[in-house]
Amino acid sequence: MTAAVAISLSVNGERIEANILPRLNLADFLREHLKLTGTHVGCEHGVCGACTVRVNGDIVRSCLMLAVQTHNATVETIEGLSDSGEIADLQSAFRERNALQCGFCTPGMLMAAQDLLKQSASLDREQIREHLSGNYCRCTGYQAIVDAIETTAQARSGRLP
Amino acid sequence: MPIVWAGEVTPKMKASAFAYARATSVANALELLTAHGEKAKVLSGGQSLLPAMNLRLIAPELVVDISELAELRGVVVKGGVLTIGALTRHVDLLKSPEIAAHAPLLRDAVTHVAHPAIRNRGTIGGSLAQADPASELPACMLTLGATIVVCGPSGERRIAANQFFAGIYETALTPQELLVAVELPVIPKSSTHFFHEFARRHGDYAIVGLAAQALVKDGQFADLRLGFFAVGDRPLLAKSAGKLVDVAVTPAVLAEASSALNDELDPLEDQQATPTMRRHLAKVLLTRCVSSLLARPDLCTGASA
Repeated sequence: MTAAVAISLSVNGERIEANILPRLNLADFLREHLKLTGTHVGCEHGVCGACTVRVNGDIVRSCLMLAVQTHNATVETIEGLSDSGEIADLQSAFRERNALQCGFCTPGMLMAAQDLLKQSASLDREQIREHLSGNYCRCTGYQAIVDAIETTAQARSGRLP
Repeated sequence: MPIVWAGEVTPKMKASAFAYARATSVANALELLTAHGEKAKVLSGGQSLLPAMNLRLIAPELVVDISELAELRGVVVKGGVLTIGALTRHVDLLKSPEIAAHAPLLRDAVTHVAHPAIRNRGTIGGSLAQADPASELPACMLTLGATIVVCGPSGERRIAANQFFAGIYETALTPQELLVAVELPVIPKSSTHFFHEFARRHGDYAIVGLAAQALVKDGQFADLRLGFFAVGDRPLLAKSAGKLVDVAVTPAVLAEASSALNDELDPLEDQQATPTMRRHLAKVLLTRCVSSLLARPDLCTGASA
């Protein structure tokens, strides 16, 4: 049973078939096997949030999921959300507000922020901070990130400042 | 000034090799556990197991993945009993109308469990079987008088929550058994609750926490259950709560209960806090809890943390 396991899943709308070892986590599968390097690997024990992706519509830590567990699942990464234009406004707000410096945390931040924005468009700063509390940024001090998400929420609900 | 990266190079953390079996039913999972016992680990949400494996704290030979067993996920209310399947995720507890109506303490507790991405995968059964003394749900099980339902080779066992937690990461579960559900008595309509924890950052493991459920009648406690966590090697249902029941709570009564609580605690030292700090914070939580549940802000004077 230690041998490779066959999986079939959808990644960013594309059907993927692979044979992988059970020990391979989803983050490494996306990065090393599919070359989707937008998903970042930081702490590898679920603390930093840099590896956040969507599985069956819900955000998860891809370092805390085995790739074999995504058999028959639908996985969406930052590349998928970016290419589809789903978060174009959010990315633009991050750019305009300088909500990133080194950019390491940014894919995870965008995934977590979009998850919140999908749930509600009327957000206060406390809700934004609470939802991002599992995503670490070591550059910005978070203020600009919260600003960018708040602006996007306002724009999406037609309450543009 | 140039950035000097003085730390030593941290090796990448990857789980060691293991065999993987996707269980097709509870019976199938039990067969695998019977055959492999201590060499196997059960994977439900993976939010505690996989970090431990990535850190190489554990290296099971076989991972039995039960996460696809839909029959173990969900919340049912029947005949005054709330049954929560082991694979019910934290996010399900947050959104469940049954939990909101019959065990609102759990809903409040789950908002303190890690972060949304982790709550989307983590399960109640996984959290209880992991038995981290600093985690929220085990203490809630004591407070709410839960029964833990486990299945093993010789059938079903029903274990009272206060008999289930045996130490740090230790429970009454044998390696051949699977936790399948928890049962909670539906709380009376007039029952109230209090949940609070101190943590360095939102979503971190608690430094000290308290999950309380109470019946208040004419300004006094008719019943009070205090489940403390991160105050010892397992969650604690404080006996000192008895000192506050059926009496008019005065600052002197509260001080006596607080002192009795201190005798019950056996806090551990770690990088988060000293035992002394934990004892202090537990007393602060007790005071805030009693003050809040009795709507007596006067009892809270001087309780700062």
